[in-house]
Amino acid sequence: MADESILKVENIRKAFGKRHVLKGVSLSIRKGELKVLMGPSGAGKSTLLQCINFLVTPDEGEVWLEGSRLNRARKHDLYAYRQQVGMIFQDFNLFDHLCALDNIEIGLVRVKGLHKDAARERAMGELERVGLSDHAHHYPAQLSGGQKQRVSIARALAMDPKVMLLDEPTSALDPELIGEVLAVIRNLVANGMTMIMATHQIGFSRALADEIIFMEDGQIVEQGPSVKMFSDAVSERTRAFCAKISELYGETF
Amino acid sequence: MPEGLTAVITAFPYLLQGSLVTVAVVLGAMVSGLVLGVLLAVGQVYGRRPVRLLARVYVWFFRGVPLLVLLFLFYFGLFSVLDINLSAFTVAIIVLGLISAAYQSQIFRGAILSLPEGQFKAARALGMSDLKAISFIVLPQALRFSIPGWSNEYSIVLKDSAVVFALGVAEIMARTHFVATRTYQYLPLYLAAGFLYLVLTFVGVKALRMVEEKVRIPGYSRPGIG
Amino acid sequence: METLLFFQQEVIPAFLKGLRVSILLILPSAVVGLMIGTVTGALRAYGNRGVRLVADAYATLFRGIPLVVQLFMWYFGLPYFNVYLNPFAASVIGFSLCSGAYHSEYVRGAFLSIKRGQLSAALALGFTRLQMVTAILLPQGFRRALPGCGNELIYLVKYSSLAYMITCIELTGEAKVLASMTFRYTEIFFAVGLVYLGLVTFASWLLQLVEDRFTVPGFEHHEL
Ligand SMILES: Nc1ncnc2c1ncn2[C@@H]1O[C@H](COP(=O)(O)OP(=O)(O)OP(=O)(O)O)[C@@H](O)[C@H]1O
Ligand SMILES: [Mg+2]
Repeated sequence: MADESILKVENIRKAFGKRHVLKGVSLSIRKGELKVLMGPSGAGKSTLLQCINFLVTPDEGEVWLEGSRLNRARKHDLYAYRQQVGMIFQDFNLFDHLCALDNIEIGLVRVKGLHKDAARERAMGELERVGLSDHAHHYPAQLSGGQKQRVSIARALAMDPKVMLLDEPTSALDPELIGEVLAVIRNLVANGMTMIMATHQIGFSRALADEIIFMEDGQIVEQGPSVKMFSDAVSERTRAFCAKISELYGETF
Repeated sequence: MPEGLTAVITAFPYLLQGSLVTVAVVLGAMVSGLVLGVLLAVGQVYGRRPVRLLARVYVWFFRGVPLLVLLFLFYFGLFSVLDINLSAFTVAIIVLGLISAAYQSQIFRGAILSLPEGQFKAARALGMSDLKAISFIVLPQALRFSIPGWSNEYSIVLKDSAVVFALGVAEIMARTHFVATRTYQYLPLYLAAGFLYLVLTFVGVKALRMVEEKVRIPGYSRPGIG
Repeated sequence: METLLFFQQEVIPAFLKGLRVSILLILPSAVVGLMIGTVTGALRAYGNRGVRLVADAYATLFRGIPLVVQLFMWYFGLPYFNVYLNPFAASVIGFSLCSGAYHSEYVRGAFLSIKRGQLSAALALGFTRLQMVTAILLPQGFRRALPGCGNELIYLVKYSSLAYMITCIELTGEAKVLASMTFRYTEIFFAVGLVYLGLVTFASWLLQLVEDRFTVPGFEHHEL
């Protein structure tokens, strides 16, 4: 079982000062799966995702990618690992001084060492995939939120990641822009991308997630197939949370 | 250091009198710069072409020529050629004021341009003349927004005022140097002068912040700045 | 006619001599000032507490004390420690340290305005720390600091005239000497004023060129 998983995370702990934000979280994901992280604000979802990528250094815990343990003390291994794990942020984090195309190109040239022409071609292809080829030369300041997020997805995809981590990719967007980003993610699911995604989009998760992981207070309190989780969650808290979310966003399940 | 300390303590009352002179020069320059600066700003925003051009040439000239050169030009040159007999103190105020007017006009111009255009229109719709609309509606708002810029300008004029020592005005720097050349305690005395300037900056900026609070219109802040 | 001759034979040679010294003052001060400002600005933005405290104190002092006072400290004050500088060296040191303090203010602001998330994004793509600094941090910081630092360089051109006050005879000094000898204050100081005006205007134009070359949407500089 462990050998089948493409990414495995074990016993991640993290404290900021006295505040224990992650209290030993473990999970694993197989190729092509979509796992959705849910839970109230402050549960530790963002921290967990950033720990998986070591943007936040966990106090404890191990990570395996395709069965081999990451030795993060070795800088070279860490950088190589990060290339293979794509990350999408809530607030996009496009590089403000680069146009859409250059945002995608820079990782290919600087990190992967691709030749400029090859990088350009690849970047253009990724932009097309997210439907933004006609915005290639627009700068972040000239793009809408939805467009920025699509560029950031293209930027991550260009690195050929084995797994993608998405941290509430739509929650900074105006409601009318959420659809275009979800459509791109839906497309990724259809193409078999392996993803861990924190989101409050219940309808989307119910339709597409293989598993829902419910977190609260730095721990996984419940996890299971999406259909089962939404219809008869075992824990009272999970149920209450789902009810509240659906009330808030007007989604039924 | 003891000798230096003695020199500083002995000279301190004398230096403090110098800071009164400094303050007088700075206030004189700021106020005359304010009047001329407002005229220049209004000229730049609302004036006809020749007026706008003139105002721009003025700003370009007084922002581009060094203070020291202007002090020499006016004190030794222009005023004596024109046979106008002015004290170094007065010339210092005039020159610092002329320069400050150029910078202040840019502050006011920015403030005027940041006002919603509707304000000017609404005033004229009430039947106000342009002049009335500018003086009763535009300027009262623009001047309020200018206070932060003014505070910055104050600290610049204050520091620049040390240069008028070149004309022999008995302000802080002139007195410091005078005492220093007699006691040979240069460094301690200059440090004391530096300290006085820091205190004057601090006090002035604080005072202007209090003014800003006082004249603030509730719930109203500069558009676009928040 | 006589004026023309006077300018040809006396004023222009004196100005050229002075201009040479002025430029020799301005160029090294600009370069050293920018280096000091960049390092101090970076320390003020990213340094640990102790470093920040020291760097902030430097910036506050050197921005708060008039440049003339600083020049006098270097020239007349340093002998207190048995260090004797010639007027030229004292001027360059004074200008560099003072403008460095101002530059550091713009550089600090520039670095602080870069959203942290972009640095995370770079690391997430597999950038090394060095790549993150050279590809993201510096290009953005440079653009954001450019207008402020550029203005500071223009001020330096004007403030270089203060070297005269510690007897470094540059452009203003040559003008003063000549004027005192000939009593033709008005013409000479007006002329020297125009030379500075030319220098400042040229520097502003150059700065504008550089800004236009590097500006991208979202980084525009709106001068009020
Ligand atoms: N750098 C940090 N320093 C101190 N505390 C932090 C830091 N980052 C996160 N925290 C704290 O850790 C807790 C978990 O934060 P996290 O952002 O992971 O929650 P989340 O589940 O993503 O919430 P949300 O739904 O609001 O995004 C919060 O209480 C937060 O205040
Ligand atoms: Mg979060």
